[in-house]
Amino acid sequence: MNISMFLQMAAETFPERIAVSNPDGHYSYGQLYDAAQAAAGLMRESACRYVVVLDTSSAALPIALMGAAMAGLPYVPLNYRLTEPELQALMDRVKPALLIGSPDLLEKLGNQSDTRVLTREAFLAQTLESDDRSDEVAEDPDAVAVQLFTSGTTGAPKAAILRHENLVSYILGTVEFMSAEEEEATLVSVPPYHIAGISALMSSIYACRRIVQLPNFEAEAWLETCHREGVTNAFVVPTMLSRIIAHLDHHPGAMPPPSIRAIAYGGGKMPMPVVESALTHFPGVNFTNAYGLTETSSTIALLDPEDHRIAFASDDPVIRHRLASVGKALPSVEIEVRDDAGNVLGPNEHGEIYVRGPQVSGEYLERRAIGDDGWFPTRDAGYIDEHGYIHLGGRADDIIVRGGENISPSEIEDVLLDHPAIMDIAAVGIPSEEWGEAVGAVVVLKEGATADVGELQAMVRKALRSSRVPERILFVDELPYNETGKLLRRLVKRYFD
Amino acid sequence: MTAIKPGLKLKSAVCSAEVMVIKAPAGASLTCGGAPMIGAKDDAPAGAALDPQAAGGCQVGKRYVNAEQSLEVLCTKAGEGSLAADGTALELKEAKKLPSSD
Repeated sequence: MNISMFLQMAAETFPERIAVSNPDGHYSYGQLYDAAQAAAGLMRESACRYVVVLDTSSAALPIALMGAAMAGLPYVPLNYRLTEPELQALMDRVKPALLIGSPDLLEKLGNQSDTRVLTREAFLAQTLESDDRSDEVAEDPDAVAVQLFTSGTTGAPKAAILRHENLVSYILGTVEFMSAEEEEATLVSVPPYHIAGISALMSSIYACRRIVQLPNFEAEAWLETCHREGVTNAFVVPTMLSRIIAHLDHHPGAMPPPSIRAIAYGGGKMPMPVVESALTHFPGVNFTNAYGLTETSSTIALLDPEDHRIAFASDDPVIRHRLASVGKALPSVEIEVRDDAGNVLGPNEHGEIYVRGPQVSGEYLERRAIGDDGWFPTRDAGYIDEHGYIHLGGRADDIIVRGGENISPSEIEDVLLDHPAIMDIAAVGIPSEEWGEAVGAVVVLKEGATADVGELQAMVRKALRSSRVPERILFVDELPYNETGKLLRRLVKRYFD
Repeated sequence: MTAIKPGLKLKSAVCSAEVMVIKAPAGASLTCGGAPMIGAKDDAPAGAALDPQAAGGCQVGKRYVNAEQSLEVLCTKAGEGSLAADGTALELKEAKKLPSSD
């Protein structure tokens, strides 16, 4: 069981079909598979133990990913936005290494011990133009295929590992082989060090859907690439979708690309007004909300296009609210909600989301976070409604504890997002002498709109109860998100210092 | 004969078919086109021929299961022979079609 099987099957079925398009050119499945074989040979020769990539999107990514898989080595894409000392600390944990990257990024690292360095151009030349072919594949389902460092917001980054068996289970459970028509193309604009960037490569290769790479996301470039390449599918994180919509709103000449049929989104909580706005701007487009984690090989739950349409057309608040959910568990995984004591909770009861299934690794090099029974605690808070729709309430660590009462930030956020003047909001715990912690809210108003603190407090008091009422409310121009759309709550908290 | 276990790659002795085992009970044996499947690098025994009774074919990218779903293989290369385990033909596994999520 090895993820390189996906590329081998695609190359044997459609050797001439274009697999990857980017500003440098177009590459067929046959070319990628030949190059991956050459890459595997080069990796074996280098005697490295890790294949490390420090680069933006290019054809080098699928070649290195699949080559590393064939050679039985972990593929480790690093976050090129990190500082030099942060990158160095990660490099020290992945040696001996074959390091592939763009010259400007490699320069950030300087000379490395136990490391063979190849620029992206050299790696592409040595693999795409090589006649060195060997379809020899390391066959160990337990072998680590991908190692991703977590963002390390609470300490040193952890090394999450995904084994071949996890990733193969994920792809076989979610993608039908060669299900894409030849004209289909998917735009990948998430960074290559994000799990969604890796799963996009594997899913598209297995579906035989052309991958269009956009190295640096920017709304105008995204739209322009869609038009130029006839993009039919795309995955975006919430901030990307907000920016695309804002661009369309502010540029009357900018048109939604007519070729696009499906947009999937995930990677962070999507504000309901953004989803509603997206459905209005892209009528006829199939929207899918995908919920997943690095430790689960990407998606574990989906809100599918039909769910979007039904919820968007409904006046029933319960059905309408499904737009704020992440949908239902994939058929290949089980999901349940548990309380702090580990008891499984019933419908609409708030707790922590647990997941089990063959795609779930739940493992770090440092420790196993998965139970012996296979259940993995996601650290995401939430509940499952009576119809099986999963609603997330932020990270379990973000729960506000007010006088011993657990409050999920999303309870307050969901109420206030219904206010016509509010564009975005974050609720966080703020220090309180009386309660230990109290609720603070930071609000972004829509352009030209106004609202006052008393009015917002009254809205929460009416919908929930007095313990949920934000003690303080601040107004800001925008909330701090990281580049993959995760709200940085620790920064939001600082607004109250 | 090689023990059948997850991850094992097998090929048909009588046609172009290849499969990868996803799951299998202990002691299972697989045939394609009526003949026992062989290791990916092995040579087919002399005289092996496609049994016309087992020539329904198998399709690349499809998964095949036994009635109990305790055995599952992925066809990685199509062939003319049909797949069977312990004498009973495998069935095509119908999967729910999911929207692309990444």
